[in-house]
Amino acid sequence: MDLLYDILIDPFVQMFAAPDFLLQVLWEGFVAGTLYALLALGFVLIFKASGVFNFAQGIMVVFAALSLVGLHALGVPAYLALVLALAIMGVLAISVERVVLRHLVNQPDIILFMATIGITYFLIGLGEFVFGGEPKSMITEELGLPTGSTDIEIFGGLLIMQHIDIAAAVIAALLVGGLAFFFSVTRIGRALRAVADDHQAALSVGISLNQIWVIVWFAAGIVALATGIMWGARSDVSFALQIIALKALPVLVLGGFTSVPGAIIGGLIIGFGEKLFEIYWGGLIGGGIESWFAFVIALIFLLFRPQGLFGEKIIERI
Amino acid sequence: MFYREAGQFKTSYEADQALFPVRQDQIGIVAVLAIAFVAVPVFGSEFFITSIMIPFLVFSLAAIGLNILTGYCGQISIGTGAFMGVGAYSCYKMTTFFPDVNIIVLVLTSGFFSAAIGMIFGLPSLRIKGFYLVVTTLAAQFFLEWCFIRIGWLYNYNDSGAIEVPHREAFGLILTGASAPPVVRYLVVLSIVCVLTMLAVNVIRGRIGRSWMMIRDMDIAAELMGVRPLYAKLSAFAFSSYYCGVAGALMVFFWLGAAEVESFDVNHSFLILFMVIVGGLGSIAGSFMGAAFIWILPVVIRGFPGTFGLDVGAATVEHINFMLIGGLIVFFLIVEPAGLARLWSVGRQKLRVWPFPY
Repeated sequence: MDLLYDILIDPFVQMFAAPDFLLQVLWEGFVAGTLYALLALGFVLIFKASGVFNFAQGIMVVFAALSLVGLHALGVPAYLALVLALAIMGVLAISVERVVLRHLVNQPDIILFMATIGITYFLIGLGEFVFGGEPKSMITEELGLPTGSTDIEIFGGLLIMQHIDIAAAVIAALLVGGLAFFFSVTRIGRALRAVADDHQAALSVGISLNQIWVIVWFAAGIVALATGIMWGARSDVSFALQIIALKALPVLVLGGFTSVPGAIIGGLIIGFGEKLFEIYWGGLIGGGIESWFAFVIALIFLLFRPQGLFGEKIIERI
Repeated sequence: MFYREAGQFKTSYEADQALFPVRQDQIGIVAVLAIAFVAVPVFGSEFFITSIMIPFLVFSLAAIGLNILTGYCGQISIGTGAFMGVGAYSCYKMTTFFPDVNIIVLVLTSGFFSAAIGMIFGLPSLRIKGFYLVVTTLAAQFFLEWCFIRIGWLYNYNDSGAIEVPHREAFGLILTGASAPPVVRYLVVLSIVCVLTMLAVNVIRGRIGRSWMMIRDMDIAAELMGVRPLYAKLSAFAFSSYYCGVAGALMVFFWLGAAEVESFDVNHSFLILFMVIVGGLGSIAGSFMGAAFIWILPVVIRGFPGTFGLDVGAATVEHINFMLIGGLIVFFLIVEPAGLARLWSVGRQKLRVWPFPY
């Protein structure tokens, strides 16, 4: 009985006893969720446009952030470093297309997926080789991002909001809006969707696959840079981020691999769920559940709705 | 010239179905086994046996396990490291409970625990395919890793949180523990790997293995033809996890001597996935080649600067290692998606018809 009480009733009692703390937890969950959503967005972009499940998105985030910090450490002004980091992501996009994807046209999805794992390893090695393996701090102030925090008095307690978190949410919203516009309205966006549907059919109506791939990898690179800056500002820029980036997978599963809004909502669900569960239920089983909780949510979810919340329905033919 | 099967007639179905129908292959396999069982223990240095041969065999076994699942049954898994961990921890617990039972028996039994866990995490595969399955196997990976840290019972509430291999003897020899001679450990690992490889080859040739391949090639069609996806997929998960579990137990008991959760992390899962890709999906021989390639190449690279008198830091070599492995994976996928095993069979075909082109 005690156990049932601990699981079913006690957490809610705690929530109502300290609503300010609950709000703080929800805010933390929201922020974590935005970051997951940003990460997932990079995956969705590439998956939507090229059908490639890009495992390297996580390391692209690290790589982008490292280039930015590394360039700044060399004495380049912050904004110039930002532009140069973007340029590096562009070069990366072009070289991935030239060296890898171009040779793998029409291969099965699994081969392309494995190729991105290869790219991941290459980038880990390259990143550590060039920038060194030790964690670095993000140049938040130099980039003009807000620091500090606001305390809001509410329910007789304090809700502490870091300004950088608010900035992250705003930037995420802008990116999503921009991408949604890009995909649904522009000529290139529609070409991207055509490529996602069918490589050969897209080729036959005169869409250049190579060009599209470069564009979409570059777009994912921009998202990666944004994610890297935001995440780096919250903690450090280190290669551990690459493992955290795997969290984008359950987000994708929840939201559906092809849906931009799905990535956002999936990210938020995971963010909220993870924080709430960790704070109120985690103690019962020893804590530290953040490493797997998202995956287990995704696993349970998959059993009931394999295509995700917003994914296209899977139709199988022989 | 010397590799020609002309004149070798098969006069019975048994001869036609033999594992090695060509006489040169039979000689070759006997030679390889002779080298492995006799030449290596006699002439191999301790470094060669403990740092190259034992890990190579352990990873080969794990690669065979993953190959059964990914290569033959088409279910991608990134949970190999965790399944190896299940084997290692259950073997550790069993030898604590039953110190008198022969450790080899325990190693082989520990695979069954791993198989059971593997089947549980394989259940979603009945509804989920492809990348979605990657997520569920990652769930297994992270959840089990968490268990290895948080459940103290698994490592007997050690302060270090690591499992230390106790001293165990059997057949009048010291098999495990710090004082076990490398040659003995090597021979135990080699024997287990040989037996399990034979088993895998024959299971794959048989009805179960063929049902896996049907599921891989097209699951709906296979279902229509009477293969039950439930049995086929879960048996693949069970077999695969059994092999991984035994490999994990061997890794800790006969190679590392002690292990923490880091020995079973997601990077090891990737490492074994790479071995399978580089070696060749759906090939047992490829699993060995892939394991040799991915394991031995870094050892060679590490020794490389020293031989030429170059002064390169250990960290730099590690980074170059990463880049090389990543580059090689991409290279293999582009040039030969079927891996080293295909190169081998192409070479073999060339030998058969030599000196003619075809």
